[in-house]
Amino acid sequence: MTSATFSKYWKVFDIGLQNTFVYRWNFLLRAVFGIVPLVGTVFLWQAIFRPGQGTISGYDYSSMIFYFMLTVFLDNLVTPTEDEWQIAAEIRDGKISAYLTKPLNYLAYRVGLYLSYRLLYISVVLLPIIALGWVFREHLRFPAHAITWLAFGASTAMAAFLQFFIAYSLAMIAFWVLEISTIVFILYSFEYFLSGHVFPLDIMPGWLQAFIQWSPFTYELFYPAQVYMERVQGAALAQGLAIQAGWLFVSWVCARVLWARGVRKYQAFGG
Amino acid sequence: MRRYFEIYWLMIRNSLIREMSFKANFILWMVVELLWFLGQVIFLEVLFGYVDHIGDWSKWECVLLVGTHQITSQLFQAFFYVNLSELPDLIRTGRLDLMLLLPVDAQFAVSTRKFGMDNVVNALVGVAIVIFCLCKLHLVPQFHQVALYAVAIAFGVAVHYAVLFGLATVAFWIVRAQGLIYGYYNVFNIARYPDVVFHGTFKVIFSYLIPVIIVANVPARILARALESPWNGLAQLMGASAFVVFATRSFWHFALRRYSSASS
Repeated sequence: MTSATFSKYWKVFDIGLQNTFVYRWNFLLRAVFGIVPLVGTVFLWQAIFRPGQGTISGYDYSSMIFYFMLTVFLDNLVTPTEDEWQIAAEIRDGKISAYLTKPLNYLAYRVGLYLSYRLLYISVVLLPIIALGWVFREHLRFPAHAITWLAFGASTAMAAFLQFFIAYSLAMIAFWVLEISTIVFILYSFEYFLSGHVFPLDIMPGWLQAFIQWSPFTYELFYPAQVYMERVQGAALAQGLAIQAGWLFVSWVCARVLWARGVRKYQAFGG
Repeated sequence: MRRYFEIYWLMIRNSLIREMSFKANFILWMVVELLWFLGQVIFLEVLFGYVDHIGDWSKWECVLLVGTHQITSQLFQAFFYVNLSELPDLIRTGRLDLMLLLPVDAQFAVSTRKFGMDNVVNALVGVAIVIFCLCKLHLVPQFHQVALYAVAIAFGVAVHYAVLFGLATVAFWIVRAQGLIYGYYNVFNIARYPDVVFHGTFKVIFSYLIPVIIVANVPARILARALESPWNGLAQLMGASAFVVFATRSFWHFALRRYSSASS
């Protein structure tokens, strides 16, 4: 990447930051309300573990609570919140015509905006997250091996781009269909349960584990948490990261192909 | 009062006509809701693979609770959800002015414009689940139980309404307010859990001030626990829903007084 290209997309990032600043209250509200289901989950698992239940699939009460804290943190860090809706709206309203005429790669432009959103979002919600970490400090844990941090960083970054490319590809459907919200929500519901929001995926019955290992949703959220908690190690860790990288590649190709096809079909409405 | 019923009937008829012209969308929304509901049931299925009870709630009692939550929330969504979730946009764009000028109560005008038929179908799915659970539990509810259940559901819908209405009204102060709508889902996330798991300040806040815990639990208990007296729970639900409806209406009036419309 030449320095001119870099500074171009850096500018996009900068503009994204400034634009997103209007959303700060929105972000804070989201984060504060997001605590309610987490506390509800903690209560639920407390009740489940109370009758002397030792462990469930290798989770004790404390590691279960930590698992949910970690997924809430990762979710806030990597999940795109408005990107797919904005992209779809820009396609539907014909606003992308303005980008097509510029020497600008729309995907790179959107990545710049996504990164700026996420950075601002996480810095606004950091305070509630730290407060929460303090309340549940007895359940906090840190990886035993230094290499875990590296694997966790890589896995989180891949999860972020995987989620972004999936959201981007979904938004591309707006080239063909006027109203994409139902399609988005159908995918959301799969994501919600199969990425580990509701419970850690490895407590699911054994016959589902093969599916979980190969499903892309696993690598959107659940997998980085597993890496951090050192529940996958050694060869299994390398294999998981490879599968994650594979899905990342597939989603990137998907995003590029759908964009190229969409633009070919695209006809701007109005003048 | 009669005028309000007439207006409301026209609104519902209008919504139905509008929805029937987008049949594919209508069916897809039903699929979305069904998937969510299935997810809840699978979650319970997985949990109860490890334990027999949560507190003193058995598996089918918990599913009955989820089914009851489904009925209440879908009825709420059918009548009010879309309207209330559009309120922040009405405020931001200044279109709220039109509503305020109508010769009806402003809260009524913003709450009742659209009606979701797909949600009614989903509420019926909830009813089917509840009946299925009753069979699994070998329970045959008496007439008065069913009647009280229906009453409790109605008050539950009122709680849903008041919570989202209160949240949406905050949009008078905050311009971008999607976070508020998101807040509704977050808060009601805990409504599907058995009340016995909660305790402490959290339970007090979410049983009285923002009474989401009792919304599904009270009716579910009326149906599933014939031996428990229904009156305490019902009285609490009625009192709490009257409180939130009144409180959010006062809040709305307070917000309206300082509303100065968007743009010029």
